[in-house]
Amino acid sequence: MQGILLSESAKEVDFFIHEVFQYELFGQTLRITTTHVCLLIVMLILIGFFIAAGHCMKKAKEVPSGFQNVLELLVDFLDGMINGVMGRFAPKFRNYIATLFVFIFFSNISGLLGLRPPTADYGVTFALAVISFTLIHYNQFKYQKVKGVVSGLMSPWPFWLPINLIGDFAVPISLSLRLFANILSGTAIMALIYTLLGKLALVWPAALHVYFDLFSGAIQTYVFCMLTMTYIQDACNTEES
Amino acid sequence: MEFNTEFIKGCSAIGAGLALIAGIGPGVGQGIAAGHAASAVGRNPGAKSEITSTMLLGQAVAETTGLYGLLIGIILLFVQPLAK
Repeated sequence: MQGILLSESAKEVDFFIHEVFQYELFGQTLRITTTHVCLLIVMLILIGFFIAAGHCMKKAKEVPSGFQNVLELLVDFLDGMINGVMGRFAPKFRNYIATLFVFIFFSNISGLLGLRPPTADYGVTFALAVISFTLIHYNQFKYQKVKGVVSGLMSPWPFWLPINLIGDFAVPISLSLRLFANILSGTAIMALIYTLLGKLALVWPAALHVYFDLFSGAIQTYVFCMLTMTYIQDACNTEES
Repeated sequence: MEFNTEFIKGCSAIGAGLALIAGIGPGVGQGIAAGHAASAVGRNPGAKSEITSTMLLGQAVAETTGLYGLLIGIILLFVQPLAK
């Protein structure tokens, strides 16, 4: 897989997903790729972090210090964000949104650890978007009932039904593509810089890492969660417009 | 009609360049959003954090069309579906 770039070292440009090993299951060939490995590492880090957090909060003190400070800051921030958007629906969805936020954020910045970010694989982001999509429509049917959903699809006139349907199904696709393309572009640009500039890429790419991994990753995490919350909030509103 | 692979690769590179023209739109849109957000903060400095988060959300949504162009460019350059 070789790009059309003029330099000789262009053949070594590498930000693709690689196969680690493959096995057969029920006649299907399944491939374990770098995405799976990086995903497992991210999950192990998160599990370790939260086990440590649980131990810390068991002997929580009135006046927080050290690690407890960090945890309270994190929970405060997530609670504030979710309450600000969802209002009275916040307690129901706090678990999902907070989990989503922490997972996507750690995945995005895992490029700093030398991993290939798992969110730079369309399979991961599409799965996340499909979970959000299911949640949105489950709540739409739960709160607006079938009648409300059908009249929502038929608004403003019945013959707008196909356009409204396309609009509904575009939600998970645009949600997942936005996150995927942002992280992939960061990964691709860093790979290009490191391979094409060779020894010139010394120290100063750190600034680019701050932008592409930290800033862009944080913004995209925030946007994914905000959009999910806005759509769920929309679906939960029972007032018929 | 048969073309040789080098010709198709060259045309793919031109196509990738053309696809990235899509970057103009989001650039202009994000600039307008940032400008209006700056003037909003000037009028009401107290609401700075809310204005910033609204601006970032709008900008990220506006960015989507540019990212679609970028995806086409990356696919043309590195996956090369036409040259196979």
